[in-house]
Amino acid sequence: MAYSDKVIDHYENPRNVGKLDADSANVGTGMVGAPACGDVMRLQIQVDDNGVIEDAKFKTYGCGSAIASSSLVTEMVKGKTLDEAAAIKNMEIVEELALPPVKIHCSVLAEDAIAAAIADIRAKQDKKAESAA
Amino acid sequence: MGTLNIPVYLDYSATTPVDERVAKAMMDCLTVQGNFGNPASRSHVFGWKAEDAVKEARANVAKLIGADPKEIVWTSGATESDNLAIKGAAHFNAKKGKHIITVKTEHKAVLDTCRQLEREGFEVTYLDPQDNGLVDITKLADAIREDTTLVSVMHVNNEIGVIQDIAAIGALTRSKKILFHVDAAQSPGKVAIDVDAMNVDLMSLCAHKAYGPKGIGALYVRRKPRVRIEAQIHGGGHERGMRSGTLATHQIVGMGECFRIAHEEMEEENIRIEKMRDRLWDGLKDMEEVYLNGDLEQRIPGNMNISFNFVEGESLMMSLKDIAVSSGSACTSDSLEPSYVLRALGRNDELAHSSLRFTLGRFSTMEEVDFTVKEVRKAVEHLRDLSPLWDMYKDGIDLDTVQWAAH
Repeated sequence: MAYSDKVIDHYENPRNVGKLDADSANVGTGMVGAPACGDVMRLQIQVDDNGVIEDAKFKTYGCGSAIASSSLVTEMVKGKTLDEAAAIKNMEIVEELALPPVKIHCSVLAEDAIAAAIADIRAKQDKKAESAA
Repeated sequence: MGTLNIPVYLDYSATTPVDERVAKAMMDCLTVQGNFGNPASRSHVFGWKAEDAVKEARANVAKLIGADPKEIVWTSGATESDNLAIKGAAHFNAKKGKHIITVKTEHKAVLDTCRQLEREGFEVTYLDPQDNGLVDITKLADAIREDTTLVSVMHVNNEIGVIQDIAAIGALTRSKKILFHVDAAQSPGKVAIDVDAMNVDLMSLCAHKAYGPKGIGALYVRRKPRVRIEAQIHGGGHERGMRSGTLATHQIVGMGECFRIAHEEMEEENIRIEKMRDRLWDGLKDMEEVYLNGDLEQRIPGNMNISFNFVEGESLMMSLKDIAVSSGSACTSDSLEPSYVLRALGRNDELAHSSLRFTLGRFSTMEEVDFTVKEVRKAVEHLRDLSPLWDMYKDGIDLDTVQWAAH
């Protein structure tokens, strides 16, 4: 299978690889996929006091398209509010990376990872609000 | 020899380049100056010359497997041979019984042919191999029924290179008077074959895994005791009625020549290839969480199938852009299932997704092996740095206890 230049670029020079402190109150972690299915993505986002995503990190086990999708997503979410990030659709990833049909599930997984990371941080924020109340 | 050819070809079990000597022999059978006649033309010298060339090739193929030349039926390749053997034997013996036994790790040409027979009303037992890939003879014996007419077991597995004990299976099937078909597409030139000593009744062969051309194969059909099969392709009654169609002289000559070379050079070549294979494994086996798939002893010299845990096979191949290997990971094919062969060995899906098959051959060099070791180590390290599973493993988390969201 031939990969698009953008997939190869993200694969060879992945952006924002790494780990944030999952226990930190302003970090949301989303881990989606399963090893048995051949891909697992871990996306972490860190929000500032204004609720804007100031940093994002990922690690992905999966094919080149899965790695490229998650790398791209870390770039896309930075500077966005949680609501804006939640609005990112998998087709934007498909188009940007020119993914073939057999690889669309990689973009779906990346969208799921954003949703999971946002859900995690919102749960933390709710808990904080509760204990403050 | 002794050079590094980039990209490095380490996919000899997929196909091999045609040996120069074979290509030369084939080219002599094409043009007006060459041996272009129809081997079935009985009325002139062009036909006779072509027939002689086919006869010589038939003898070379027969010699490598210890058969009589009259027992060789030319086909288009191992897939057709498997179809002809299994459907042909099943149909011919349908009145005696409609039960067939095969193994889950067989090639698709055997498995899908069996599936077709199931649709036609036959019953098929698909045996699980042991963890090392080998068939348990006791389990096979237990699966035999009154109405079993055919057992089909491959000689050398295409993915993991393990060699089944064909002689032991043959002794069993012969004693039970059941036909025994062997898919030996991967065997010629790699492991000795003797159809008599092994009690094989039908054997599928092809040229392109043994430095011959694609598009030509053969089916060995035993004459004593006579094995009868129903033809699947009808026409001019070529090949004693078992497979009609004008004989492709150049292809057949190519197969004969590559089998002749295999017979002469097999021993020496295997020693050379095994040294390279061992060097490859020695260069990789000290890495953490690296597993060899399939038995190391009962295995052809050129095959290494390795799982690199926590690294996905397709991305690993993407990293190894200067090395041609294949992956048991499904993402490479249209289906998204990981290798059914590795799963049949009891490997979990993760390890099946993380596997690469390296197959060495006649034109491989030590320099290429050393280059491969270096590149693989680099790629695995890079991808583990990217892998959340590797992180978790390093943090001491048992991945089996994690609740994954399967998708």
